[in-house]
Amino acid sequence: MSPDLDLPLLAALFGQALLLSLLAIGGAITVAPDLHRVMVAQQAWLDDAQFGHAIAIAQAAPGPNLLFIPVLGYQVAGLPGALAMLVGILIPSTTLALAALRLGQTHARHPALRAFKAGMAPITLGLMLATGFVLAPWGSAPGLLLAGAVALLVWRTRVHLLLLIAAGALLGVLGWV
Amino acid sequence: MSDASPPPGAEPPAAPRSCTQLFLVFTGLALQGFGGVLAVAQRELCERRRWLSAAEFLEMLAFAQVLPGPNVCNLSLAVGQRWFGLRGALAALAGMLALPLLLVLAATAWVIDQAGAAWLQDALRGMGIVAAGLIVGACLKLARPLRESPLGTLGVAGLGGATLIAIALLKLPLGAVLAGLGLPACLWAHRRLRAGRKP
Repeated sequence: MSPDLDLPLLAALFGQALLLSLLAIGGAITVAPDLHRVMVAQQAWLDDAQFGHAIAIAQAAPGPNLLFIPVLGYQVAGLPGALAMLVGILIPSTTLALAALRLGQTHARHPALRAFKAGMAPITLGLMLATGFVLAPWGSAPGLLLAGAVALLVWRTRVHLLLLIAAGALLGVLGWV
Repeated sequence: MSDASPPPGAEPPAAPRSCTQLFLVFTGLALQGFGGVLAVAQRELCERRRWLSAAEFLEMLAFAQVLPGPNVCNLSLAVGQRWFGLRGALAALAGMLALPLLLVLAATAWVIDQAGAAWLQDALRGMGIVAAGLIVGACLKLARPLRESPLGTLGVAGLGGATLIAIALLKLPLGAVLAGLGLPACLWAHRRLRAGRKP
């Protein structure tokens, strides 16, 4: 990290994120393989371990998982790198979403929009379930027990979610899951 | 921005007072979102704040998932825009990102120092397991309004199950799943809605 701004590098990071923004269908994590191809394999800005750290940290830290993208930028070029990649990944998709929202608002009663809502609701839930399914610890019986208990508690009680997260961290450190 | 009078009884009783409140609530829910924000967003927006019903939350989530771009950001834009238009959308998005970004960068600097600490790996693993449970629990809650779906319980279960299998087990790309399942589902819903309107 030099004190001087490496503008060509920042522009490259910005452009890379900009290109991938509209490809991030179904969550930012879906562009991870492509970012790895460019940033690690092609440009060698980062090594494998750094790339893995960025994803692990963003998943563990609070906030949206898309923050692994600015973390990658941070590792390459410090704070300016982080901002370049965050802004790049957001501009195209945000512009499109705002336009779509305006359109949806003016045509809220349109039959096509109502059909979209009714048809997509089960698909949306299926996608969300799939995320839980992929994250679930299939190799560990105590882990599955914990995940199942958490799901039940969330469904049936109003226990604070941070309490559950803290319990998970504690059980992990104690070696129970 | 008070459009379309809501159906009686279906509307949750509360709304955000200002863009500042939107920003703060989204900051708060982002900061609770370890291992993903969706479960927390459902708890906070539907249950604690009562800004959205489960059905409205699902609609906005569907919109966020279909459009390109990070889901949670699109969801923030949709929720914020509902009350305060463009300003609300940007306030919610900024709340979702600003403080978490600073935190995650600080964490990066710290983890780089601690690389390889076994307790840290163990804690992260435990938190990841809980995150899986959180998201399944949120799904169970969001499934409630689907009992009134024009597709029927069986149709909803079939579509949801097929999506789960296609993504989690068959590892099909999302675009293919949305085209292969989402499009037919919308067309089917269109037919059922049209049929339902006639006596």
